[in-house]
Amino acid sequence: MKVEQISIFIENKSGRLAEVTRILGDAGVNIRALSLADTSDFGILRLIVDQTDKAKDVIKAEGFTVSKTEVVAVEVPDRPKGLSGILDVLDAGKVNVEYMYAFVERCGENAVIIFRFDNTEEAIKVLLDNGINVLKGERVCQM
Amino acid sequence: MSRIWDPKNECLGRDELTALQLSRLKDTLQRVYANIPCYKDKFDTYGVQVDSVRSLDDLQKLPFTTKEDLRLNYPYGMFAVPLKDVVRIHSSSGTTGKPTVVGYTRNDLNNWTELTARFMTAAGVGPEDIVHIAFGYGLFTGAFGLHYGAERIGASVIPMSSGNTDKQIMIMQDYRSTALVCTPSYALTIADRMEKSSKGIKSLSLKVGLFGAEPWSEEMRKEIESRLDIVATDNYGLSEVMGPGVAGECLNRSGMHIFEDHFIPEIIDPDSGEVLPPGSIGELVLTCISKEAFPMIRYRTRDITCLDYEPCACGRTHVRMRKTMGRSDDMLIIKGVNVFPTQIEEILFQVEGCEPHYQLILDRDGSIDTLEVQIEVNERIFFDEMKRQREFVNKIEKKLASALGVGATVKLVEPSSLKRHEGKAQRVIDNRKT
Repeated sequence: MKVEQISIFIENKSGRLAEVTRILGDAGVNIRALSLADTSDFGILRLIVDQTDKAKDVIKAEGFTVSKTEVVAVEVPDRPKGLSGILDVLDAGKVNVEYMYAFVERCGENAVIIFRFDNTEEAIKVLLDNGINVLKGERVCQM
Repeated sequence: MSRIWDPKNECLGRDELTALQLSRLKDTLQRVYANIPCYKDKFDTYGVQVDSVRSLDDLQKLPFTTKEDLRLNYPYGMFAVPLKDVVRIHSSSGTTGKPTVVGYTRNDLNNWTELTARFMTAAGVGPEDIVHIAFGYGLFTGAFGLHYGAERIGASVIPMSSGNTDKQIMIMQDYRSTALVCTPSYALTIADRMEKSSKGIKSLSLKVGLFGAEPWSEEMRKEIESRLDIVATDNYGLSEVMGPGVAGECLNRSGMHIFEDHFIPEIIDPDSGEVLPPGSIGELVLTCISKEAFPMIRYRTRDITCLDYEPCACGRTHVRMRKTMGRSDDMLIIKGVNVFPTQIEEILFQVEGCEPHYQLILDRDGSIDTLEVQIEVNERIFFDEMKRQREFVNKIEKKLASALGVGATVKLVEPSSLKRHEGKAQRVIDNRKT
């Protein structure tokens, strides 16, 4: 039910993001979804890729600091109130969202959103109990 | 408890030691007055008659010797013997102008070797050890000093020299080095490299490290000990006075014994030059009382420390100096507050997992001093959540502000992006020069 995501520390200076994507491209890794959180000094680049371990190894080998985290990919109905309905469910289940970002590809009729929760196991349970579809990791990486 | 290399001299009673120091001091003063014009002029200018020195307290009547005196007398003006009696010449790096040149007679080299053998023995090195020396061999005194001391003990010496970390590690693994001699920051570079390799720390046979040539904190000691799984010991010396072997820790590690039968230490106020009472923190001043070629009288080391005359459990009677806390000329004055880079290092170590690859950038915003602490990110201090990453930065900023009494901004930078110079970390960049 969980999706593996890699996070990379990048200094906020020109060319660093290009460097990361070049390293991944040279290794034949395909980026499926990404989000960049930044401050004036540094940024945290989060990626979902088709080959997580390989991506982590090649980026680390180039001297970057990398970590692997678990996130959840949730199917969200593509209509008004689709997302708010899900957030209400999570709120009622007392699960906090650390951050979230949208997936580019759709899953059938639905949009896909990546969530990082403070309690991943509990979040998945709350979502499933409320009939919300959580995508399998392998499926997300190959979408 | 490790053995004592020279129990007769290292365990002298205080009265005997004082008598020996006074007799050697008088002899040294006669020699420097007769043979070194700089000292003759200084003593005459100060109106000090050499034979008026009748007790160790009279040392305070004598003028200091500074690095500037050595520059003015470059290269051989401070030698007390003709060059035909000098068998070795060493030199400081000379990063701030002309290097300083120091010479040794055959007797001086023998004493130096004895003194390095003393502190290496005190650190637990014995004839069965394989001593890996990763200081650069050359004009710098570090490598040769410990090299000959280790040979005298009967240990097997690997004169590795500095650089090429991968090869250093391979030699340590294959030759089963048990004692490592290098700078403390290079020890951490080795730990970094080992942790990235597949074989890991267990592939080394190291038991003890003898680290010197740059100031390091107790926290850095803990980090080196846990990451390399060794006992890390400190030793002290400077080329102007002799090189390594002026002082070294015993395994009680509660200060470095200064070999007082060869050097007389004093602690002074770096501003007024006044001698401070025992236990005070101040600048260390050393007088050489056994050296033939290059005897320094009241040499200002610029190192900040304090002296402890309490007897040590190891049995050595020689006074202990605390780990140097910085240099009086490394002291940074930020917004009028005195700050030593080592203070900042200790704070960084206290914050869990933060290793010492940092750099201090001083600048001026209008007329206001600014301090930026750049820290290289590693996996232990990298969080996927921005909130936690910011909390980490704020925590260090708060600790720095409360411990230093001056505000600092913390900037996280990518690994290996801070400059290193031959294993010595460049800690401070001061852009305030006017």
